[in-house]
Amino acid sequence: MRVELRMLCLAAVLGTGLAGPAEAQKLSIGVAAPVTSVDPHYHTLSPNQSLASHIFDPLVDMDATVHPVPSLAESWKLVDDHTWEFKLRTTNFHDGSAFTAEDVAFTLNRVPRVANSPGSFSIYTKAITGVEIVDAHTIRLRTAGVYPLLPVDLTQVPIISHGIGPDPKTEDFNSGKNAIGTGPFKFVAFRPGDRIVLARNDAYWGPKPAWSDVDYRIISNDAARTAALLSGDVGFIDAVPSSDVAKLRADPKLTIAETISLRLIFLWLDHQHPDGSMYVTGPNGEKLDRNPLQDLRVRQALSLAINRPAITQRVMEDTAIPSGQFLPPGSYSYVPDLQAPPYDPAKAKQLLTEAGYPNGFRITLQGSNDRYVNDAKIIQAVGQMWTRVGVQTTVDAMPWTAYIGRAGKQEFSAFQLGWGTSTGEASNPLRALIATYNAQKGLGTVNRGRYSNPKVDAVIEQAVVTADDTAREKLLQQATRMAMDDVAMIPLHQQKNIWAMRKGLTYVARGDEQNRVFDIRPAE
Amino acid sequence: MTTWLLRRLIQALFVVLAMTVIVFLGVNVIGNPVDILISPDADQAERVRAIAALGLDKPLWQQYLIFLQGALHGDLGRSFVYNEPALKLIAGRMPATMELAVTAVLLSVVIGIPLGLYAGLHPDGLVGRATMAGSILGFSLPSFWVGLMLIMVFAVQLGWLPSTGRGQTAELFGVQWSFLTRDGLAHMAMPAFNLALGSIALVLRLTRAGVRENLPMDYVKFARAKGLSPNRVVFVHVMKNILIPVVTVLGLQFGGLIAFSVVTESVFAWPGMGKLIIDSINVLDRPVIVAYLMMIVFLFIFINLAVDLLYTVLDPRVRLDESS
Repeated sequence: MRVELRMLCLAAVLGTGLAGPAEAQKLSIGVAAPVTSVDPHYHTLSPNQSLASHIFDPLVDMDATVHPVPSLAESWKLVDDHTWEFKLRTTNFHDGSAFTAEDVAFTLNRVPRVANSPGSFSIYTKAITGVEIVDAHTIRLRTAGVYPLLPVDLTQVPIISHGIGPDPKTEDFNSGKNAIGTGPFKFVAFRPGDRIVLARNDAYWGPKPAWSDVDYRIISNDAARTAALLSGDVGFIDAVPSSDVAKLRADPKLTIAETISLRLIFLWLDHQHPDGSMYVTGPNGEKLDRNPLQDLRVRQALSLAINRPAITQRVMEDTAIPSGQFLPPGSYSYVPDLQAPPYDPAKAKQLLTEAGYPNGFRITLQGSNDRYVNDAKIIQAVGQMWTRVGVQTTVDAMPWTAYIGRAGKQEFSAFQLGWGTSTGEASNPLRALIATYNAQKGLGTVNRGRYSNPKVDAVIEQAVVTADDTAREKLLQQATRMAMDDVAMIPLHQQKNIWAMRKGLTYVARGDEQNRVFDIRPAE
Repeated sequence: MTTWLLRRLIQALFVVLAMTVIVFLGVNVIGNPVDILISPDADQAERVRAIAALGLDKPLWQQYLIFLQGALHGDLGRSFVYNEPALKLIAGRMPATMELAVTAVLLSVVIGIPLGLYAGLHPDGLVGRATMAGSILGFSLPSFWVGLMLIMVFAVQLGWLPSTGRGQTAELFGVQWSFLTRDGLAHMAMPAFNLALGSIALVLRLTRAGVRENLPMDYVKFARAKGLSPNRVVFVHVMKNILIPVVTVLGLQFGGLIAFSVVTESVFAWPGMGKLIIDSINVLDRPVIVAYLMMIVFLFIFINLAVDLLYTVLDPRVRLDESS
């Protein structure tokens, strides 16, 4: 309690803007999304995972460009087709106990058994069929088949100490009792909806964080977060609203850090209903006896009718880039020569005529209005562009809570969604979005347009069991190209992740939207 | 008195029951919490597991009966999002909202009544007129805009007050309060004023109207004729008569300030219940929504009780048992 009070006092001093030399090592940050739990295995929710990266380390981490790098595992290799071996680092937990293979086994055992989890981390450990501790710093993980993605999956699983006793409770992480990791910061206090207080772990194995004390504040309101930065209450904010970017960029007291995100905004089309899609009618509102969206030429026309640069420059105010695939340039399995489809309304009209719709048709384009950056404005813009080539579009934006369940039940004809590729490589979106929906195989889990192409499926299934990185990348690129040529869905743009901070700080902008205070440093 | 109280409580119970049914049905109609909570990377098997883990695999009536059974034992369920008892979560957030709402009510009394009195006694004076004009602004400006303007002026431009958050707290009765520390008070100033603005205007206008209405009345003339000092006439006799509508409105406002402080809490990142409920609605965290609304229903019933009791103090003619 006393420690906590002291921390808050320090935070308060910082908050009043008396940033003298003594306070130089203290930092307050303002983040948009509320952290709901300190338990790193309770809920697969990115704000929680962002926080966990400060207190805990995974075996393998992702660097800022979302490529796997060593963390608690110094190296890893395939021993045989079914076995991965990880060599572990020598380091200590915050309570001084040594980190060993025992802790990894303990973590992997706990992950599927967290009580009441609304989103379990077992999706990242389910490939593991056996755990063998070779010695204190070597562990072998067995998988049922060839599973090249295991190191990537394990980047999502923070390691906890087996010293906290069997079946640790989520509440005990929130209270701090169990919040013992190997990470760069120690847990001090968690005030739900308000802030998390952290203190530097001076014994950290990696580069020492520049901040001895951190106030990790939740400021969900966009304008309030910007105001907190402008007033000096916080030194760093995430998710800078697109409407404020230009103003903050021009402010001489501030610095911006940005990078292209792994989040793709795209449109789904209904591939499923051959006898007519629910929200598609003829040009005069008459019922159609077939689903035009199943015609490749119609899908191509709808994609070519969209002026992507206009959306990214006007609607998104340059906080996005047009995209023609799942990943941004520089990612593993990015297809270099697959560009964003050009804006070609004449060609779109011609394709519609060829497909037998010289007068177009009517369609409703649905989307959320509170989930993605400018989501409702984007579908309004697309609606106008489609109408211009003869596809009379009605736009229907609704709250995410009401929207997403209906999208999952295939109730829409054309609808907007986003996909953040957490693994940084294309097998993740290919398996989840493009592969044919198949509950037994766990494929096509969020294939909400119900796209199905056996040829693409075959390439995807071959890719995920190909251990060789170069060969796998080729297959993933091939599958991506096949899906995009077939307009499985219509990619629109990749968002930019934008952070703002006071002058004199630098931040390594990350593709995966995570906030990492240990990557904020005073400029040299 | 006892039968009156008993009847009120039984009524309250039915209101709460009806409200829980509505929330259960309502959340069910909006969507499935699992769709919102689950990781996009999750496969179909994980989805089935999550639905079962949250107890959403059972038919709705069965979920409701399980909830009722728990409620009878004082357990309103665990939050889907926080994995903590819903009541504990709300109780943890309550002090922040309470101190904001109490301060706002105090501000409306301390500012609203004197200004209203003045405007009522000097209706044609410049100050009286300006006050009335100002009160219109207090009503009509949207509170999120006023909140942001306050932040822009006092935090960003002038740097006098901290922009957001709760600041330093100190412990009293095992609960953390902001109003006990200087830094906490500085953090409270803007949100409390922003929350109070509407009520100040309301109280001010009610008071002024009451004064205007009462001054020409016979009892005032009689009191004057009796030779009572003007102060005694205004502050004792007139005051007592105008306070009844003011107390009613303040009571309802207090409930409203607690239940609907969400805008102010969001703008000022104030970690109170309003933010909790809006976050919970956004992810369909049903246990928290139900528990919160139950609490708000109880709160309103309690406030109405308190207001009724206050009437009897202010006006001896009011009898609670009258209707029975």
